[in-house]
Amino acid sequence: MTACDDCLRRAQLLRILAPRIAELSTPRARGARMLLALPDIELVYTVAGSRAAEVQAQLEAFDPRAMREEVVRAHLAATCRHDAAYPERLLQLPDPPAALFMRGDPALLTGVSEEPAVAIVGARRASTYALEVAQELGRGLAVSGVTVVSGLALGVDGAAHRGALSGNGRALAVLGSGADVPYPRSHRELYARVARTGLILSELPPGAGARRWAFPARNRIMAALAEMVVVVEAREASGTLITAEFAAGLQCQVGAVPGRITSAGTAGSNRLLVDGAKPILGVGDVLDALYGVGARPEPPPLRVALDPIGRAVLDAVEAGDSPLDACVHPVKDVRAALGRLEVLGLVRRDGLGGYERTGLRCEPA
Amino acid sequence: MLASMATFAIEGVDSREVTVEVDVRQGLPVFNVVGLPDAAVREARERVRAALLNSELEFPQKRITANLAPADVRKAGPSFDLALAGALLAASDQIPTNELGRCALVGELSLSGALRPVRGAVAMAAGARAAGFERLIVPVENALEASLVGGIEVQGVPDLRSLVELVNGRWTPEPVTEMSAVDAEPVRSLDFCDVRGQSDAKRALEIAAAGGHNVLMVGPPGSGKTMLARRLPGILPPPSFDEALEITRIHSVAGIASGSLIRQRPFRAPHHTISPSGLIGGGSIPRPGEITLAHRGVLFLDELAEFSRVALEALRQPLEGGGVEITRGQRSLSLPAAAMLVGACNPCPCGKPRDNCACDQVARTRYQQRLSGPLLDRIDLICQLEPARPGELISADALERSAAIRERVVAAREGQRARLDGTTATCNAEMDAPLTRVHVRMSARVRARMLEGHATTGMSARGHDRVLRLARTIADLDGRDSVRASDVDEALSYRMSSAWRAAA
Repeated sequence: MTACDDCLRRAQLLRILAPRIAELSTPRARGARMLLALPDIELVYTVAGSRAAEVQAQLEAFDPRAMREEVVRAHLAATCRHDAAYPERLLQLPDPPAALFMRGDPALLTGVSEEPAVAIVGARRASTYALEVAQELGRGLAVSGVTVVSGLALGVDGAAHRGALSGNGRALAVLGSGADVPYPRSHRELYARVARTGLILSELPPGAGARRWAFPARNRIMAALAEMVVVVEAREASGTLITAEFAAGLQCQVGAVPGRITSAGTAGSNRLLVDGAKPILGVGDVLDALYGVGARPEPPPLRVALDPIGRAVLDAVEAGDSPLDACVHPVKDVRAALGRLEVLGLVRRDGLGGYERTGLRCEPA
Repeated sequence: MLASMATFAIEGVDSREVTVEVDVRQGLPVFNVVGLPDAAVREARERVRAALLNSELEFPQKRITANLAPADVRKAGPSFDLALAGALLAASDQIPTNELGRCALVGELSLSGALRPVRGAVAMAAGARAAGFERLIVPVENALEASLVGGIEVQGVPDLRSLVELVNGRWTPEPVTEMSAVDAEPVRSLDFCDVRGQSDAKRALEIAAAGGHNVLMVGPPGSGKTMLARRLPGILPPPSFDEALEITRIHSVAGIASGSLIRQRPFRAPHHTISPSGLIGGGSIPRPGEITLAHRGVLFLDELAEFSRVALEALRQPLEGGGVEITRGQRSLSLPAAAMLVGACNPCPCGKPRDNCACDQVARTRYQQRLSGPLLDRIDLICQLEPARPGELISADALERSAAIRERVVAAREGQRARLDGTTATCNAEMDAPLTRVHVRMSARVRARMLEGHATTGMSARGHDRVLRLARTIADLDGRDSVRASDVDEALSYRMSSAWRAAA
C-alpha cells in the first residue's frame, strides 16, 4: 500500500490551508464540500486569496519523502486514489479524498468493496436511549459480520464503536483530525481499542488537529464507504443530517431510528423518516435492507486450533451443560479453556453468569 | 506544689503523648481538670479521689488543678486515671518525683484502687518507645500485649498501692512472660472438606488466598457462599510476627484483643446495614472501621448488593491503597486497611436457582447495577456457584482438607515474599504498577494473548494490571517462574464475568 507524490502533496495542501478553510465554511459547510472538489491550484486561489503565492511557494517546497517518513513515525499507513488498496466506493464522490492515512487493520478498508459496511451516526449529546440503541446496533451488526463505520465522536458514535468492539466485530472510525490524533481526547481509550482490532482512517496528514470544516468533510467519507447510513438520533440542522444528505446523493441507503415526536433532540431523525428514510427498529431491519428481507450472510467461521480440553468445554457449553460440572478435567484447566473461548468469542455469559454458545462457528485451523 | 506525669492517648491506631500536670496549693478544696477533657476524663476526679482513699493514701484537702497538655486536643476515655493519680501523689509529696522521670503511666482506676485494663496498650507502648521513654507502667492485664512491642521496659501493676510500692523501691512486678499456650490455634477450625461440590469456588478462593486477591462469589442462597468464606482464614498463611503485631495493635485499640499476640488473621463479617463510617472508620473521635479491623485478614461482605451504595463506594480507596484517610474537623488520620475483600451475593433478586429464576432482565440488571463498575474493577475474581447436586451432598468421598490447600498457598506466598523482598508489597495483590511490570514476566506469545483479552473485554488499565497479578498468582500456585498462556486465560475467565461487568 502506497500513496503517490501528487496525492501526498494534496494532503500537504489541506494541512497548509486547514486554518483558512475554517473561516470560509458556512455552518452547514457546503462551502467546504464543494471546495474539496477543486484542483490544487484553484483550491489555493479560492482559499488563500491574496496569499496564494505564499501558499504556492510552500507547496513547491514540499518533499513527499519527508511526509512518508512522517507517516511511518506516526505509526500510520497511507494510500491514495491511484493505489489498489483505495476503496472504489470513495470514487463515487465528486470530491474523493486524495490520500488516506490509517492506523489499524487495512483489510477493513479494502473489505468494504466485498463485505457491506454500515455507518451509525447521531448526536454527540444523545439520550441514554440513543446510546443504548447505537450500542446494540453496533454489536448486532458486528456479530453479523458487517463493518461498523462511525466518527469516534462523543455520544452515538462512541456507543456504536463500543458495541462493535463488544461483538468482536470490525470497527472503522473516520476522524476529522489526523489519524494519529485521538479526538475527542476523552475517547483516547476507545481510539486505542479501535486501532488495535479495527481501523482508524483520515484524509488529513499526521498530526492535523480537529477543524470545524473537517467534520462535514469526514462525513462524506463515512457516507461513501457505507452501504447504509443509520441515523440514531439527530436534531434539525445538525452535522449528522449532513451525513444523511451525502448518503442520499450516493448509492447509499438511509435509515433512521424513530424518536419521541415531542423532543427537539430527535426532530432531525424523525424528519428523515417523513422524507422516506427506512425506519430502523432493530438490527434485523438493517440486515434486511442490506441483504434482502430474511436473508442473512453466514458469519465466517473462526479458524482456530483448540486443544482437547477446549474442545470438550465447547461441546459441553454447546450441549447446554455447565462446563465445570460436565468436564472431568481439573477446574483450573476448564477455567482456562473458558477464558480462552470467551476471548475468542465462541462462548459468552448469560444474564446469570452461566455460559452459552455464540453464533460463531469454529473450524480447526 | 507542681508535678507532671506522661501518659498516652489513642489517635486512630497510633498514640500521642499527653502530659498530665497537677498543681496542689492552699485554698478551698476543689479538684478541677482542664485541657479539653470529655465526660469520662472529668469523672476521673471521683475515681482518683476514691481510689486514693481506698488505697490508704491521702487525698489532699487543697485546691487541685490538673491540666492535660497539649490543651487543644480532645481527651477521651478513662486511660488517663493512673497518670492523674500518679501526678497527684507526686504533687502532694506521697511519692518521690525523680523516680518517674522517663516513665509513662497508663491505666483506668476503679474506686477500690485496683487498675482496669485499657484499650490500645500496644499502640501506647509503641508511642512511648518512639517518644524515648524507657519504662511504661500499665495495668497488669495489659502488660503482655504492651511488651510485644519490645525496646521498652513494661511493668504491669495490679493496683494503686503497688504503684506507690514500686516507686519507693519496695516491690517489683514479675517480669512479663509470653503465655504461648493461650493463643495456640484452635484444635479444629472450620475445614474446606465440609463443603461439598463447588470446586470452582474452592479454586477461586485458593487463588485469592495465594495472592491476597479480592473475590466475589455469586450464587443462589444455600449454595455454600458463606460456608466457604468462613473457611477462608483456615487456608491463609499464618501472619508473620510483624503482621501479628499490627493486627494485635489494631484489635487492642478497638478493645477486642485477647491481651496477648493475635496469631490468627482476622475475619470480619459486618452486617449489610452497616454505615459508611462503620465500614471504613470514623466518628467525631475517629475509630477504626471494619476494613481496618480486617487488616491483614479477610473482610467478608455477605449479601454485597444489599450494602448501601455509599458504604460500598467508600471502600474503593482503601481497597486500592491498603489504607484509609479520615478527616474529621481539625484532624486527619490514616488507618491501615490491607484486607482481602470477599463478597457474596445472589445472581438475581429472587435468588432461585437458574432454572426456576423468575426475574426478568430489567430486574436482574437493576440488581447487578447496585455494584458499581469501579468497585467491581477492584475485584480480581468473580466465581459462580451452582446449588450442589444431591449426588455430591450424599457422596462419601473424602474431600481435600484445608491443611492441604493451605500448604500450597503457603508455598505460593513463600515465592512471592522472596520475589517482593525489599518492597512495600507482601503479596501479588499488593504489587503496584511498576512492580507488576517487573515481576510478571511472560513471553511475547502470552503477551499477545493478554492483548486479545484486553480488546474483547475493554477492561481498564487497572483491570489489565489486575489480570496480570492474578495470572502471576496462578503461576505461583504451580510453582512456575514464568506466566503461561493458560494462566492468563484462567485469570481472564475469573475476571470478566461479563454479566456483572456489563451491568455496571
